Amino acid sequence: MLKINDLVVSYGKVEALKGISLEVEEGKIVTLIGANGAGKSTTLKSIVGLAKPQSGTITYNGKNLLLEDTKNMVRSGITLVPEGRRVFPNLTVLENLKIGAYCRKDAKAIKDDLEWVYSLFPKLKDRSWQQAGTLSGGEQQMLAVGRALMSRPKLLMMDEPSLGLAPLIVKELFNIIKEIHKQGMTILLIEQNAFAALKIADIAYVLETGNITLKGTGQELLTNEEVKKAYLGESTHA
Amino acid sequence: MGHMTLDLFLQHLTNGISLGSLYALIAIGYTMVYGILRLINFAHGDIFMMAVYFSFFGVATFGMPWYAAFIVAIILTALLGMVVERAAYKPLRESPKVNILVSAIGASFLLQNLAVVIFGGRPKAFPTVKLLQEVMTIGSVTLQRLTLVIPVVTLTLLAGLLFLINNTKSGMAMRAVSKDHETAGLMGVDVNRTITLTFGIGSALAAVGAIMWGMKFPQINPTMGVIPGLKCFIAAVIGGIGNITGAVIGGFILGVGEIMLVAMLPSLTGYRDAFAFILLIVILLFKPTGIMGEKISEKV
Repeated sequence: MLKINDLVVSYGKVEALKGISLEVEEGKIVTLIGANGAGKSTTLKSIVGLAKPQSGTITYNGKNLLLEDTKNMVRSGITLVPEGRRVFPNLTVLENLKIGAYCRKDAKAIKDDLEWVYSLFPKLKDRSWQQAGTLSGGEQQMLAVGRALMSRPKLLMMDEPSLGLAPLIVKELFNIIKEIHKQGMTILLIEQNAFAALKIADIAYVLETGNITLKGTGQELLTNEEVKKAYLGESTHA
Repeated sequence: MGHMTLDLFLQHLTNGISLGSLYALIAIGYTMVYGILRLINFAHGDIFMMAVYFSFFGVATFGMPWYAAFIVAIILTALLGMVVERAAYKPLRESPKVNILVSAIGASFLLQNLAVVIFGGRPKAFPTVKLLQEVMTIGSVTLQRLTLVIPVVTLTLLAGLLFLINNTKSGMAMRAVSKDHETAGLMGVDVNRTITLTFGIGSALAAVGAIMWGMKFPQINPTMGVIPGLKCFIAAVIGGIGNITGAVIGGFILGVGEIMLVAMLPSLTGYRDAFAFILLIVILLFKPTGIMGEKISEKV
């Protein structure tokens, strides 16, 4: 579905990505784990056209994504849940969800999807008239995911959804990600929380300072000694 | 300080509200552009001036009936505002804020001098519209019909604008873009189009203000946009820049305050324009975010 080949991105003289290749197959949860500054966000930004690569290719169902404008990503079925949630604080919860469906014209289906999102995140329904800026961090993350779902993506990409959330909320969120995936959505998940991400991932990549150093199934990497040492720590494993 | 009868007070109040309504219409353009781009559009006063000339030529040169000329002028002014945005601001959107600010000042000078070259520096007389300029008496207050029409037009346009911004899809996109260009783009919002639309609306409102200004103060010249432009910018700051209702309130405060100052302290008539600037200083000292303004955290 999505293929990245030998992608190089630099900011000034700093090479953030030094030629990475990865693939997201339809129907899978693919995760990209790595430390701060490894290049995870840059990878996502390149996919949606917010970072301009020096070389390499990104194709989506055979189409060259590097030629597409950011605003057309949603129309082609790719939606990003950006890092730090980035909900519109001055819009109500309902408006945030509606703007997720900004490009859609099928009013009836939008309404059904709104009910679907509300069923996944009942709290959002209770707060639909509240300004999004007044929500807690966890609720804002739920809203950011809900907003993305409202676009009916074929490929849902999430940048560090667990960032800054309490463990209980992270668990809730990952259960919902699993649920969305079960309903047939392809997901590219970027996480620092390696344990949570690997547990639900079909395929996982490890990114280290701009290079992909490991690839395997989520289970394989969970038990990989290097990954355990570098990303999981001993205690998390218990 | 002169003694003032109730009748006289009402007379001044009506004039003040009328002038304030004009300020309000122009101030909305400043506040909308600031809200979406964090830019003070210094060319806004000159776009206002251009609208006056468009109306003038529509009637005087092309012999159009006044209403047709006014409609054409509003459309042309909206287009001019959008062209200025595309030509002078859009190419600099990723540059440091000061570059785009300097570009705004440049656009302002360009429009003024263009007007001198094309329209001539000699003042012209704005066409008269008898229907609106007829004098009438309500109780003991004597005024032009226009004086009553101006606030009605302003408040109607304000209501329409607030409806557009709060209840339509384009309005929702504007509010989203004003907070976060990048994420709005990720949602599929056409950020460039939304910004251009904002300039178009702000300029069209300024054009409506300009036309009524021309009927009220019929002597027109290429620098006539400078002082109203500055005052309306101040009105927007007083109201809380970025907030549309605030801009309208700021406009009313400025208009009524100015007229009342001159009425109550005639010896200060020469300082009429200074009033706005003193008010600006006071606001910046004691409530820099303005009346309706919210604290704006710098984007990282």
